[in-house]
Amino acid sequence: MPDLRVNGHTYAYEAPVGRSLAAVLRDDLGLTGTKVACGEGHCGACTVQLDGVPVLSCITLVHTVREREVTTIEGLREHPLVDAFVRCDALQCGFCTPGQIVSAAALLETDPHPTREQVRHAMAGNLCRCGAYPRIEEAIQTWRD
Amino acid sequence: MARLIRTEKEVEGRYEEIWTVVEEDALEQWPSGPLAIVGHPAQRQDGPQRARGEARYTADLRLPGTLHAAVLRSESAAARVRSIDVAPALAAPGVHAVISFEDVNFLRDDAGFPGAAVAAVAADTFGLARAALAAIRIEWEEREPLLDADEAVARGQLVSDERTYERGDVAGALAGADEVVEAEFTTSSVLHNALETHQAVCVWEGDTLVVHVSTQFVWGVRDEVAKAFELPLDRVRVVCEYMGGGFGAKNGAGEYTLIAAELARRTGRPVRCQLTRREENLAAGNRNATIQRLRVGASADGGLVALEGDYVNAVGYGGWVAGTDGPMQLLYGCDNVRTRVRGAKLNSAPMAAFRAPGFVEGTFGLECLLDELAAKLDLDPLELRKRNHSDVDLLDGRPFSSKSLMACYRLAEKHWERRHEVRARSEGPWRHGVGLASQVWYGGGGPPSYAWVRVGADGRATVVTAMQDIGTGSRTAMAQIAAEELGLPLDHVRVELGDTARGPYASISAGSSTIPSMGPAVRSAAADAARQIVELAAQRWHREQRTLSLKGGEIVSADGGSWPLTELLGLLGDAQILGRGARGPNPTGMRVLTFGVQVAEVRVDVETGE
Repeated sequence: MPDLRVNGHTYAYEAPVGRSLAAVLRDDLGLTGTKVACGEGHCGACTVQLDGVPVLSCITLVHTVREREVTTIEGLREHPLVDAFVRCDALQCGFCTPGQIVSAAALLETDPHPTREQVRHAMAGNLCRCGAYPRIEEAIQTWRD
Repeated sequence: MARLIRTEKEVEGRYEEIWTVVEEDALEQWPSGPLAIVGHPAQRQDGPQRARGEARYTADLRLPGTLHAAVLRSESAAARVRSIDVAPALAAPGVHAVISFEDVNFLRDDAGFPGAAVAAVAADTFGLARAALAAIRIEWEEREPLLDADEAVARGQLVSDERTYERGDVAGALAGADEVVEAEFTTSSVLHNALETHQAVCVWEGDTLVVHVSTQFVWGVRDEVAKAFELPLDRVRVVCEYMGGGFGAKNGAGEYTLIAAELARRTGRPVRCQLTRREENLAAGNRNATIQRLRVGASADGGLVALEGDYVNAVGYGGWVAGTDGPMQLLYGCDNVRTRVRGAKLNSAPMAAFRAPGFVEGTFGLECLLDELAAKLDLDPLELRKRNHSDVDLLDGRPFSSKSLMACYRLAEKHWERRHEVRARSEGPWRHGVGLASQVWYGGGGPPSYAWVRVGADGRATVVTAMQDIGTGSRTAMAQIAAEELGLPLDHVRVELGDTARGPYASISAGSSTIPSMGPAVRSAAADAARQIVELAAQRWHREQRTLSLKGGEIVSADGGSWPLTELLGLLGDAQILGRGARGPNPTGMRVLTFGVQVAEVRVDVETGE
């Protein structure tokens, strides 16, 4: 039985072919911080990291994850970005926010001081229906303050 | 003492006279000038929960034994079911129950738009439920759909009687005007697309139906569900602590809630009915398209002498006729105004309230019309708007409770002045420009709305009220108001909301009415608690009650003495101070409207439309 590694924990998990990573995280492991808003890979709410790379968990089949480490918002709760999002009020309803933070955390791993254009490029896959974009940019650019 | 009064209630521009109960003693307004907490930026109280992924939305509920519903929807815009056989679906793997229009009246055999719900299946998983839908044998009789709004009006197919309004003499004023501009504007339909789709999880607990639902109005859902299932109101408990956006489309129970409740009743299990993104776009409401045929007459100096608007709202198969005509009646000082609105009943998805329904569309048309007039008169568009400002509501001459539109115009000036510089940046197909529009909407709120405030021995307060925070920060605003009134630090006040069984009636989170409805109720509850605290303090330190007040976490005496609030409250032990408050009536003889100005800088590729 292959294991699934999530946020530093190893789960003995038999992954049925065809089941999405998002469904496994939310329904089987109870990690509901990852949201599913469109279920079609358009909106970014379900973003998690695979070995540090942001992916859309709603269209990632769990059996393709294999040995890669999955990082969800539950594994990033102590990341300074969380405070930055709250401080900058970079959210309203908050349904997209975990996905935004997971994407932004991956960006900051590769570049701790991204320019506004880099932020916009890296975050283009994360929709915020409430329209908090200017403050999301601010939070990502001031995450160490 | 409680008083029973008649008052005017407004939600989303729809007025009704209601009976309501208010408390006798209205509080004085807070003194003008800066307050300690209200009016200052505050961190969103539930920000960390939302950002950390801890906030539990309806989508995140995982009740043991939950079944999942899938809904069979019409693919056609106009069709009637000739025959249906759900037996094969009931026999499909994992299926526990199937309902159709033969069982319940919120499913229909006459589909009036693509996405109309016909039947629903509850199964162990959503995948199994959806697979079972394909097993339902259904035959349709197709009909000719009606999709053209003007055609519907011509045929008299309206969702309700036409609405007309007239003041003054429009024909005479137009005939005498120096300039007349006539134009037709159309607006397209717009989808809400909240990130959390419409959804409910229903479970019966004994004789009580518990409804977890992503909603802007837990009480409205309670009433609708109780009516549908013929239950006493408080046998329905509606819960929504966090919700992922509504934008007006989540004001009602929706058929998904009724489907979940009925399937839960039949199976004895919790049932989740959660719209997919595709269903959300098909059948969860929209801002309807409009056709606006408008006319303005003006004097040479830009004074508006006549406004005329003939509006067609392409409402869809259901819904109501939103106030496309409102801005023309309310926004400018013009003595002669005539409007007519007709709501076309079409074979398209029903409209739903959407961020100032009708007013956004109507303002677009009116403000475009005024820009065309300004160009014709060679007048600065901002100056044209200032010249037509009105200090009274011309519907009935009532003064406004307050109006700061002229101040908004002044604030807009420095942005508006940039328009020449911005325009000069146009290059090739990329054209730059600055636009400006005035704004008008309701948003006064009103009774009934209630709140309770609980203060304990630890010197902390909890506001309890069954309102919603749909992401607008209303929870934080309520905490600020209670903290201000109690003289407590903001982080000593919590707000518990979103549960009809665990708090008093609170207003809908719609129509820009939450804060003006709930704020005074919370303040009044906090003031009630504060009054009781002061009564106790007067006894403890032998002072006259009227010489004592609460400030910055202290009890302050007029003679200069002060004691930490915690010293008094520490005596309470397990006793609690309980304050209760209600929203008072709106002032009579005054009009409560909100106004604003928006300036936008836009860049358009005139070749591609980007």
